[in-house]
Parts: sequence; C-alpha cells; structure tokens
Amino acid sequence: MGRDPSTLLRKYHQAKWDEPIIFEMSVPGERGILVRRAEHEVQDEVGDGVSAIPASLRRTNPSRLPEINQVRVLRHFLHLSQETMGTDVTIDISQGTCTMKYSPKVQEHIATRHPGMAEIHPLQPDSSLQGLLEVIYKLDHFLREISGLDRFTFQPGGGAQGVYTGASIIRAYHAARGDTKRSEVITTMFSHPCDSAAPATAGFKIITLMPDNMGYPEVNALKAALSDRTAAIFVTNPEDTGIYNPKIDQYVQAAHDVGALCYYDQANANGMLGIARAKEAGFDLCHFNLHKTFSVPHQCMGGSVGAVGCRKELAGFLPVPRVEFDGQQYYFEHEASESIGKVRSFFGNPQSLLKSYAWIMQLGADGLREAAECSVLNNNYLEKKLKEIPGVSVRYSADKRKLEQNRYSWEKLYQDTGVGTEDVMRRMADYGLQHYWMSHHPWVVPEPFTLEPCESYSRDDLDEYVAVLRQISKEAYENPELVRSAPHNQVVHKVPEPSIDQPERIAVTWRQYLKKKAKAQDVLPG
Amino acid sequence: MSQAKPVFPYIPNSVPQVKAEMLKEVGAGDIMDLYEEIPEHLRFPGRLNLPDPILDEYSLKRHLMGLLAKNQNCVDNLNFLGAGCAEHFVPAVCDEINGRGEFLTAYVGESYADHGKWQALFEYCSLMGELLDMDVLSCPLYDGAQAAATSVRMASRITDRYEVLIPRTLSPELRLVLQNYCQPDHSLVEIGFDRQSGHLNVDELNSKISSQTAAVLLENPSYLGFLEDEAEDIGKIAQQHGAEFIVYTDPICLGVIAAPSHYGARIACGDFQSLGMHMQAGGGQCGFIATVDDMKYVREFKDLMFGITDTVGEGEYGFGEVLFDRTSYGSREKGKEYTGTTTGLWAVTAAVYLSLMGPRGMEETGRTIMQMSQYAAQRLSQIGGIQLAFQSSFFKEFVLNFDKTNKSVAQINKSLLEYNIFGGKDLSNDFPELGQSSLYCVTETKTKRDIDTLVSALKEVIEHG
Repeated sequence: MGRDPSTLLRKYHQAKWDEPIIFEMSVPGERGILVRRAEHEVQDEVGDGVSAIPASLRRTNPSRLPEINQVRVLRHFLHLSQETMGTDVTIDISQGTCTMKYSPKVQEHIATRHPGMAEIHPLQPDSSLQGLLEVIYKLDHFLREISGLDRFTFQPGGGAQGVYTGASIIRAYHAARGDTKRSEVITTMFSHPCDSAAPATAGFKIITLMPDNMGYPEVNALKAALSDRTAAIFVTNPEDTGIYNPKIDQYVQAAHDVGALCYYDQANANGMLGIARAKEAGFDLCHFNLHKTFSVPHQCMGGSVGAVGCRKELAGFLPVPRVEFDGQQYYFEHEASESIGKVRSFFGNPQSLLKSYAWIMQLGADGLREAAECSVLNNNYLEKKLKEIPGVSVRYSADKRKLEQNRYSWEKLYQDTGVGTEDVMRRMADYGLQHYWMSHHPWVVPEPFTLEPCESYSRDDLDEYVAVLRQISKEAYENPELVRSAPHNQVVHKVPEPSIDQPERIAVTWRQYLKKKAKAQDVLPG
Repeated sequence: MSQAKPVFPYIPNSVPQVKAEMLKEVGAGDIMDLYEEIPEHLRFPGRLNLPDPILDEYSLKRHLMGLLAKNQNCVDNLNFLGAGCAEHFVPAVCDEINGRGEFLTAYVGESYADHGKWQALFEYCSLMGELLDMDVLSCPLYDGAQAAATSVRMASRITDRYEVLIPRTLSPELRLVLQNYCQPDHSLVEIGFDRQSGHLNVDELNSKISSQTAAVLLENPSYLGFLEDEAEDIGKIAQQHGAEFIVYTDPICLGVIAAPSHYGARIACGDFQSLGMHMQAGGGQCGFIATVDDMKYVREFKDLMFGITDTVGEGEYGFGEVLFDRTSYGSREKGKEYTGTTTGLWAVTAAVYLSLMGPRGMEETGRTIMQMSQYAAQRLSQIGGIQLAFQSSFFKEFVLNFDKTNKSVAQINKSLLEYNIFGGKDLSNDFPELGQSSLYCVTETKTKRDIDTLVSALKEVIEHG
C-alpha cells in the first residue's frame, strides 16, 4: 500500500456507486421523514387548516416528488458525496485563482453547530445579537488593517456580487457629484470575468485592455482608453497569471488624473497578506473573497462573502445596515441617505464572517504573513519543477517571479502529441487529483492551465502533484490515446463533444429529460 | 519558553528547515527575493496591527463560544420573527449531508471527479421543478431578492420593455435590492393594496399597466402573509398587455398551495431557506428561478445550468454545462448579467430536504403551518386591543395591529424580551399606513403551548406592562 516511492504515484480509483437519479428509487408509500402535526385541540379549533385557502389557490395535484425511506435518502447523498472530490480529500492545487485552502474544522463546527450562530434570526433586537455584531465589527477592523482602506461591508454573497456592489457605489458616487458623463469602465483581459460583467450589469460600457508581452497592459494603453467618460478601472493584481504589475500605481494615478475611481479586485489576496495593500497602491475600493483568502469553505459554489472595502470618502455609499459601536453596545445603523441600499437580504452570510474572524484570530499578523510567504514560496517551487516537464511552458514573464498562482501552457505538448489541456485535465483525476482549472474565457494563453499551491500544501504534496503531471506528459508522448480517452478511473466516462446545447436535448431537470427522451423515441422510425 | 514564531498547523511549510530548503531550491536567498516584482514603495512597511493570535485550538474554541454566548438564540427563546427568514424544522439528515467534507469543500471541479456534486445540483433543480411544476431551473442564486431582481431583468430582456409593476406590500428587503439592481434602465411602479384584505388593487393595476410594462411581480404568499386570491386574474391582465407575470413564492407552502405555474406564471422565483436551512442570522438565504420550457426563457437565465447527458460508457448518465456562453464566465460582459459563487451547498441541502419530505411531507408541513398560524392568529386577535390587520386568508405569517393598545410595537417587543419571546417584525417604519402593526410568523416548529405562552405574555404586557 502507499505511493510508489520512485514515482510518487498512487493506485487510485474514485468511488463509483452507479447511483441512479433520485426519482428512480421512489417507492410509492415510503416516507423519508415524519413531520409534526398540529395538536388535537388545535385541530378541533381551526379544522384542517387548508380549507381556509381560497379554492383558486389550493394545490389539487400533489407534487411528484419521489417517495423514499430515510436510510436510502441518506445513502444516496452519501454516495454522491463520495463521488465528489472536495478539497478535504485531495491535494487541491488544481483550482487556480480559487485559493483552495484548508478550512479549519474547529471554526466550521462552531459556526454550524452552535445555536448562538445557527439558530439566530437576523431581525432579532440588537441587544440579543451582541456576539455576532462584535464579530462583524472586529472583522471589519481587521480587513481595514489588511487593506489599508477605511470601511468594509460584508453584505455581498460572493465575489462577483462584491464587484457589483463596487460598481453600484461608483455609479452612486459620480451621480452624487452630478457627473453624468461617466459611462465607461476599463478592465483587463486577465481580470476575472465579473470585473467586466458586473459593472456592465450596473449600466457601464466596458473597455477591455489586452496584455503586452509582459502579461499586463502598457500604461500608455490605459491612458489612451481613459477619458472624462471613465467612471472607474477594475483590475486584479496579480492577475490570473500570478504576475504582479509593478506599475500599478501609475495606472491608478492615470485613472485618478481623469477623475475616475480605482477598484482593486483582491478576491484572491493570498500572496499579499501583510506584504502589500490596496492603500499603498492608491486604490479607492477593493474586495476580498472570504472563501478564498480567508478560509471559508467553497461549499459547492457558495454561499460566501465578497467583503467590499473603500476609502472614507466613499463609505457613505456602502449598503445598509452597518454595524456601529457606541462604546458600550454594538448596533445596526439602518439610516444612510447616500447608501446604495441593499444588494442582498439582511446582512449577507454571517456564519462565514465567524469563520474568517476565527481564522485571522488563530494566525495573527505573523501567521497571515506566513500564509502569504508560504503560498508564494510554494508557487515558485511548483513552477521550477513543472518547467522541467516536457510540454509545459509559461507564456508571460517566464523569467520573472510569480506570486501565488501561475498560468501554464501545454501548447508544446499539444503540438508534439495532439494531447491538449482538456485531455490532461480529465486524466489527472485518474491519479486522485482534482481536475485542474484551465482558464477563464476567452483563452489568451493556448492550452492553458492555472495552478495555485496555497499555503495549505506541503512540499510532499507539491512533489506528488508534479509527479502526476510528469506521468501524464509521459503518457501523452508514449500513448496519447490513453490521455485523450480519459477519464478511466472515475465515476463515469468521458462525455462526448456536447450536443447538450441543442434545444431538443437540453435537460436541466429530470422531468425535462423524461419528456425529451419520450419525444425523441416517438420520432424514431418504427 | 521561547517566543519564536510557531509552526502553524495549517501551513505545513512553515517548518523553518523546510522553508529554508525550498528557498534554496528556487534560488532565493530570502523570502522577499520572491517578491522582487513589488517595488519597495508599494510594499507595506510595517507589521499588521492585529490582535495577538490565539494559537491553540482549545483556547480559540473557548473564545468563539464566549462570543456566541452573547447572542440570544431561538432555542432558548421563543421566536415569532419571519419576514423572509423563518424558523423551520431542519431534518438531521440535511445537516449530516451538508457537513460532509466532500460537499463542504468542493468548488468548480468538472463533472468527472465531482460527478456527485453535479448530480446533487441536477437533483436540486429536478426536485424544485416538481414542487413548482416547471421544467427549467438554473443553479441557485444568492437569495430570493436576487432571484426577484434577475427575474425582472429576464422579463425585460424577453419583452424589450423596462417598466415593472410591484405591489406596495412587497418585502422591504426585496424592494431595496430591486431598486439598486434596476438601475439605470428599469423603473419600478408601485400598485397599492386593499386596506381590508391586503390584496393587490386590481383597479390600480389596470390603470397603470401599459405597453411599456415588462412584468407584473406578485408575491404570493405576500410579504405580509396574506394570499392573493386573484392571482390568476392578475396574471391574465399582465399577459393581455404582453407583460410577463412573475410570481415570488415561498416553496414551503407548495404542498398545500398551488404552484405559480398553476395560475399562469411563466417565471417563478423565491427564496428556499425554508427547505432545510438554519436561519444563521440570514446566512441560510438562497434564491431560485424557474421557468417553462421555452428557449425564449431558457436562454435568459444568468447562472450556470447543469444538463444531464450520455457518456461514452454504456447506460451512464453524465453532466455538462448548458448554454455556457449565456453566462459571464463564457462571454464576460456580453453574458446575461453576471454570475459567480452563490449558494450551491444550500441547493444540495434542499435536494436532501425535498427527497426526505416527498409529496406527503410537503403537504403535511403545509397543513401544520396553516393550522398553527390560524390558531395563533385567532387566539392573539382575541386579546383586547389587538386586531388582525387584514381579513383574508394567509400562510405562515399575519399582521397584528396594536393601535388600540396605546402601546407601540417597539414597547411591546421590548417587554416581550423579558418573557424570552422575540415578538413579530415591527412594520411601523416600512408601512406607516398600517399604524402600530407587527408581522408574526408561526411555522410548524411552534406548538400549542408556545402559542399559548405568547398569548398570555402579550396579555400581561398589554394589560399591565
């Protein structure tokens, strides 16, 4: 048992339960759970309850939910969980830009199991939520220190909603100054897609700058795009490539010179903690994804928090309510005349705030810096090892130090063998690693893959990861069909090139699938 | 004892020897050599001013539990607050599944290694589809308010119109989110309500609807709890004017109350916190949008959609992204609105909840809520000075008016705290036309004794307090 010490490879097979769709296990009459009935005295007093529903609104056809006993429901979803490769069970360097760091169990258990967090209502009186308010207030101050900015909101339910909140604040800021010409937002191609999509949703026209051969746009390209129509620039730094743009303050200065604001997408700030901040680069706003840098688990894509910070001149536009402290009591302030209002119900995902608060409290200033340093060290170590693998290259600034992540390319492998990055991506799970993430669209780097070996991974983890990619490269040169036809050790086999978008094939629910299948059979000859 | 920097359990390479060896391996003399791309003037010069860390796990646990002990919770207190976040029964199996590390820590993995996640999210859509009697759902949204806001934008894109009619009784949370999300192109027009029933004023609807109207958004059950008896007629009026009829609903009611599609909605939306999520001070909110199976609607969803398909393996189900270029992941600013990390784990949880409940569980839960909330409303309105604000049928929530008690809701709720009771949501700020009124929420978690306790406490507060 154990890895082969000479190759560092393990013999792996994903759990495969051949699990049916939940509807296929329905047995009429079975019950998954019994629910509370009203007491007899209540029934005697109000009757069956449902007679009070106007006839036009009564449900007359019972829903066609499946009927399944509890043990089978539990087993089904446990099987599905085993057919899912969460970060807890693998070396998740794969999902680059996403900072798949360890989410400490202690904070998870308390946040989910303590009734003082799980069983509290958002509209309870402030006096009954003092613990939660204290956490929010203090976390705000921690992030102020980490960013150098003056005030944070935790209302956005994710990073993209954070960017949308920033765009809303920027819109309100210019409107409040009576500056109605500011209709454009400038971003860069290697910034996250939400840095263009969310401001566009807020009504802005988007200008996207392309990278030069260093991996980021020239300052002059930005200057050419800036004008008195520019509301803001939305940029990431380092971008998805892990390359830090050393001229970032010149970008900010150029934008400020035309009266635009500067939004710093720091969804992933993992290599920067205690090293460099939004403030010193001159930014007006930024956001942190608490599920990336600050250890909240990713939860099958949420929920989480996009914590948006800004300079004090913009703080009046932040969403309501805000948490204040009068020296004795913490309280929610709901009134704010300039506020953009709300982007999400209540105040976001407070259970996530507790987790990030706990994470920072465990590490302190030195620990945060250690996390940043080790994530950058890991990334440089990984790059050195990966560059030794036949077929791997780094497109931009290959000779420069990257920070916490890196975008690689299998272009040479593809040219040599016909095996592309999607093939390698499918194959790697056969060795017990999560499929790596390739790139946002459109791909600028050919045959891309993006890795982020954050501080949670040991040197041994990195070595195993490299060994798997080395093995797949070898397979591609020696037996390319093995890689192209992957996966082989997974729950299911390869999905052929998609016909999934054809209207007659689209099936996003079981009922839609059954209808379309029946229709397809009807039209079959004979 | 040495005060040297500790080796952090979550940072394996913080072992000094390992770190030094790795630095050597990458050809760096010092860790800051790796940061050479960051110019000196952009570096943070000092040490972050943060509290001293609590390094050991036990002490951290004590610290966190001490903080949470400062919160009053709804286990030790009797809670009648709802207003969009409600205290419902959460089956143990829901917590068991969403606590599994594989689901808890999964993210955007492909449909092979993460096949189980894809299937669970497909089943969430499928189960919700049955409850709503609709064919098409996407991955979940941030919350019900976002679902309403995106439904409005979908309707606008479908009709190429920009005016949306909303009820005056709309949830204030939804209203605030909509007001921001509709900028800069959309306008919201309020339709008043009948003071006796709370129902949408159909005459006013008829006078305000026009060929500019993109959608009529109706909440049913409404924020104030009452049921919109004339929902079907309202839908017909919308459709006669070429507008979309969007119904915002609470899925927990759908075992006993007709699904929006049964009375004419082609877009339904809402928040599914009620289906297995703990309240978590609002952290259990999660949104859904469902539509009929028509490409005119399907292509307007903004979030990821997982479709079931075949693999090269005989008889295997596989999954894939449907119409990926719709999304901002596929097309940046040319995609539909924007998408991102939303509430996937709550969708998995809702799938577990609905699988456990089945048709009978949903029907019985709906019936219990109807019975308990009617019992509470009857008993409470018998207290001198308290009246039901609306004479209409309701689900789960209802409005009590306290004008005749000569006490404000704020005073009453403060007094109720002494009985360990969280009284209903004070409506006097958001709905001044309702006077001193309060929105009470009674779910299947409330027993006769709970309600009787509230009744006697309120009596005392009003008569003697």
